[in-house]
Amino acid sequence: MSALPRLALASAWNRRLSLGLTLLAVMLAATLLLSVERIREAARDSFAQSVSGSDLIVGARTSPVQLVLYSVFRLGEATNNLDWASYQKIAADPAIAWSVPLSLGDSHRGYPVLGTTADYFTHFRYGDRQPLRLADGVVFAGIFDAVLGAEVAQRLGYRVGDQITLSHGDGGLPGMAHDDKPFTVVGILAPTGTPVDRTVHVGLAAIEAIHLDWIGGAPVPGFNIGAEVVQKFDLTPKSITAFLVGLHQRAEVFRIQRRINQFADEPLLAVMPGVALDQLWQTVGVVERALQAVSWLVLAVGLAGLMATMLAGLDQRRREMAILRSIGAGRRHILGLLLLESGLVSLLGCLLGLAAVSLFAAVGGDLLAAFGLAALPLAVSVGEMKLLGAVLVCGLSVGVLPAWRAYRLSLADGLIPRS
Amino acid sequence: MTPAAIRIDDLLFRWRPDAAPAVCLRGLQVDAGKSLFLHGPSGAGKSTLLNLLGGVLLPERGRIEVLGQVLGDLPAARRDAFRADHLGFIFQQFNLLPWLSALENVLLPCRFSRRRAQRAGDPVAEARRLLAALDLAAPVQGAPAAELSVGQQQRVAAARALIGRPEIVIADEPTSALDAARQDAFIDLLLAEAKAAASTVVFVSHDQRLAAHFDASFALTGELPA
Repeated sequence: MSALPRLALASAWNRRLSLGLTLLAVMLAATLLLSVERIREAARDSFAQSVSGSDLIVGARTSPVQLVLYSVFRLGEATNNLDWASYQKIAADPAIAWSVPLSLGDSHRGYPVLGTTADYFTHFRYGDRQPLRLADGVVFAGIFDAVLGAEVAQRLGYRVGDQITLSHGDGGLPGMAHDDKPFTVVGILAPTGTPVDRTVHVGLAAIEAIHLDWIGGAPVPGFNIGAEVVQKFDLTPKSITAFLVGLHQRAEVFRIQRRINQFADEPLLAVMPGVALDQLWQTVGVVERALQAVSWLVLAVGLAGLMATMLAGLDQRRREMAILRSIGAGRRHILGLLLLESGLVSLLGCLLGLAAVSLFAAVGGDLLAAFGLAALPLAVSVGEMKLLGAVLVCGLSVGVLPAWRAYRLSLADGLIPRS
Repeated sequence: MTPAAIRIDDLLFRWRPDAAPAVCLRGLQVDAGKSLFLHGPSGAGKSTLLNLLGGVLLPERGRIEVLGQVLGDLPAARRDAFRADHLGFIFQQFNLLPWLSALENVLLPCRFSRRRAQRAGDPVAEARRLLAALDLAAPVQGAPAAELSVGQQQRVAAARALIGRPEIVIADEPTSALDAARQDAFIDLLLAEAKAAASTVVFVSHDQRLAAHFDASFALTGELPA
């Protein structure tokens, strides 16, 4: 019956203030739900793309998740290092195209320091196999040169030419600073949206140099080797934390992985980054599910508001329903009218929510970058369409109770309303 | 012999099986094109009878025949459509949708009934003609119903009941809020328009003074079944 939608619209317009507020609640709930979904997807993408282009990550034997946590995300500490000799032996395998050693354990004002080689800047990839790019300066060449991640430079206000000093460990203990051997910032990387942004990069030799006068993780009292004389020492590392491996042919990955995992000289672990990242994401997935639960709760509150508004308005609408019945509207029309209204509010709420999220995705990139998140995608994903569908179904379901009550009232009132 | 527009036989209706009868009628017949004045005290079951005539309620016993159709034989949806096609209602509170204009209120039955729309010819022109015939000038026709005076709302309600020339017009105490002079004027106007449309009129009121306007009158007293 074509008259029904027109009447539903006219009736809704007559109650536009209360319905508008309800619409706002549903819209905000839909916005939150979609934002969480989109941020979650962006976070997962950014997480999964923290490292790409490397076929294997190798470290001392531990759990795959822990290896990825410290080697890629610089979180936690390695339980053990691996020998430089082991690294060289493995790296010499003809199937391996390149390898980049990683040495962790020092920090600068809370940011982790990564000792590596200049190859790191050539071979490391993130996102969709994007290479690292220098926003300013050059890659380190001298022993006490440092290249800063974008966030380190921005948050701490460093520029090329500035001097920084490193701390041993996480820098939490007094007297553990390497302040006798300051570094010069020679390069600053462009933002990547990955842990690289939060890392201070120095050469492997530098890591050796600042620990020349240290034994067992502490400075030797009364013994100091000045920065100007470190070059006289052998700065070849004795051990490293982990290393990245790139193969000539990806098909070789399982063979090389097996070879490393069965390495006779010392117990090692080689993991494929994608697989380990997936495992890690599942570990942190509880947070993701909690976020989703909260946004569903907000949606439930919004829809409960819709139901309350409709129920509260029913007594005022008894006359309207009796009038409609007297001009030929049936009971199913009364049901339809109420369901149409709840469906319409849900649909509009969804569309406005989608518009709000798209607007946020278009202009909120800077805000997200401050949280270390990549810009949100503009396109609507299949997951979001499913969520919107679910919101619509929920909205329609919420209309069932008021519709049923309206139906009962219209049965009791007949053509002569009692209000 | 004039055919019956409404025929009621041995009617009994109770709201609950253990309740007293709300309507109890041995028989009632209204001939097509005639006007009936139906009166009775409050609680005599006048409104319930209107719901029964409209097919919104079904009798527990007996039958109601409207335009030769036994309402109880029709499923609910068909009864709704039958009501839209053949019956026009005027209520005590006029029951206009306040957010629609007077003209849109009059057009409502044509939106729910194709038959009423067809019989109106050009529904908008017919609605305007009816409103004008009931002394509602063009500027008032476009005003929201909520802004109209009681008298104006009453005439809009009458025009809505008459549009599309329904065979039966049922008026439920539409004049109770008016003074005597205005009551008489309104009833005369309503009956004239109904006669022009060849509609049967059932006029319900507790005010027996109005009975003189109608072809016949019937007292609803809540009589017990035989």
